[in-house]
Amino acid sequence: MPSINQNGYARALPDFRNLGILLRILVVVNVLAIAAAIARTPDLASAATELLTLSAIVQPILIVTLLALVALSTFLRRLPYGLGSAAVIAISIGITFAFFVALQRYALVEDMGGPARYVLLVLLTCTLLLAYFDLRGRALSPAIAEARLQALQARIRPHFLYNSINAVLSLIRQDPRRAETALEDLADLFRVVMGDNRELSPIAREVELCRQYLNLEQLRLGDRLKVTWRIDKMPPDALIPPLVLQPLLENAVYHGIEPRVDPGEISIDIYTLRNQLHAVLRNPYAHEGTHHAGNKMALANIRERLQLHFDAEGTLETRVGEDTYQVHIKIPYVKSK
Amino acid sequence: MSEQALKVLIVDDEAPARARLRDVLADVAAEIKLEVVGEAGTARDAVDVLAAHPADVVLLDIRMPEMDGIEFAQHLQKLPQPPAIVFTTAYDAYAIRAFEVHAIDYLLKPIRTARLKEALTRAQSARAPSAAALKDLSKGAPAFLSAQERGRIHLIPVDDVIYLKAELKYVTVRTAQREYLIEEALARLEQEYGDRFVRVHRNCLVARAAVRGFERGTGESEGQWVALLEGCDEKIPVSRRQQHIVRELGRQ
Repeated sequence: MPSINQNGYARALPDFRNLGILLRILVVVNVLAIAAAIARTPDLASAATELLTLSAIVQPILIVTLLALVALSTFLRRLPYGLGSAAVIAISIGITFAFFVALQRYALVEDMGGPARYVLLVLLTCTLLLAYFDLRGRALSPAIAEARLQALQARIRPHFLYNSINAVLSLIRQDPRRAETALEDLADLFRVVMGDNRELSPIAREVELCRQYLNLEQLRLGDRLKVTWRIDKMPPDALIPPLVLQPLLENAVYHGIEPRVDPGEISIDIYTLRNQLHAVLRNPYAHEGTHHAGNKMALANIRERLQLHFDAEGTLETRVGEDTYQVHIKIPYVKSK
Repeated sequence: MSEQALKVLIVDDEAPARARLRDVLADVAAEIKLEVVGEAGTARDAVDVLAAHPADVVLLDIRMPEMDGIEFAQHLQKLPQPPAIVFTTAYDAYAIRAFEVHAIDYLLKPIRTARLKEALTRAQSARAPSAAALKDLSKGAPAFLSAQERGRIHLIPVDDVIYLKAELKYVTVRTAQREYLIEEALARLEQEYGDRFVRVHRNCLVARAAVRGFERGTGESEGQWVALLEGCDEKIPVSRRQQHIVRELGRQ
């Protein structure tokens, strides 16, 4: 589609060579024919006969028109949208008119009446179909997807912000240097969180962000939080939607570490396998007394973002083990340019 | 202001948060005579500190592992002279709304010197929050039972309880280590922990997980089923009306 890298939605004719588009046109026209048959007859039995008669006229016109549109597809799509639409309607009407003349000359169908009705019906059907494809195009446009991405931007828990500030405050008197580092980490973190996160970014950057986040949590939780990174097989140039791992780590700390008195370990594995990038996060998990509404929302959010970027190829799976909770992300391995 | 120093206990699971409170308390000490009697990272540690050093005010974090501040505050009410409680929290919209409804004092982290001073001044005259208000705040059944013995609170994890037996106005709580007496009604405990305990007798609830099996009793309980329990040698008679549980639990 020509509109893929533009900001606004560019109106365009449907691609008549696409099987899905052709199928949609066939279905819509035939449904209209059925409706017409039912409307023109007093009972259902005669409606079937009527439909047969109608089909004898409608189907050849429909098929010839579609063949013409497929043949002219490249040319039509090069025209501006308004002109292209007019051309599509003109072609359809032209073919219908030709059929009308031919049928009348050889008297194949009795009692046809004037051509005006047929022309009007084709005009209405074409307009309806073009409007439908235009709406569909809008719904699937990247601009809309981007707007949805923006709405889905990850948010940090306020709980984390206030607790971190409190922790930094406690350091200011005793350990001003560590307080400085902590504030710098906090600033970096919020620069990303409040920034524009619609485009993919290198995973190395995301990992760095996660480290800064975990440093801050370490400040509060001390020995209770243990982190293991296994990322020596991670390609640093792989692209990932920003703020996919950090919210998952935040979940891991909130649900896995904070409810425990004893130390707990969060582990992160990142690797590639068969041209896919995998990220696996594990944290301890207590089955009792859990509160998962917020967790589910974060997961649904990340899942949707992965889908917007990678469609069916981006997946997020969770698994609850005996005493661990695991999140496994798979996305295509895309390198940064 | 009274001549006596206000005794303050700090309870928070995060060390930096405790350090911060100490700093701010030191600032407040210039105006209010106070003494920090100790600090604790968990409710269980706090109980030990309190046993040795009774406090007038407990600065209590809400979100803590094992037992949250609200449950701990409920247990503290059992002390003969319960301390005033000032909750501290970073962010919990739900709790804050509830605090305001019940006029319970709370401090938002990061904690400011002026606010802490205010809270402590109020605490000198304030009563402890009402049990009903705290009950309203807590979510789900408490994870601990508490017994008061000679001015100190014992916290008993419900997980550790083998059986609960009603005796006159008390309930005996049996764990693998020892027995405690608590002032509770067996019916209420059954209602609260029904999924965990099973009634084997009019006066006794047994932890399902602790049931090892059943056998025919001897001596006093001749001809009756008795329950054999994990972690304790006592055999608990099963009343005739509750015989069906022998089959139900025996099958598992």
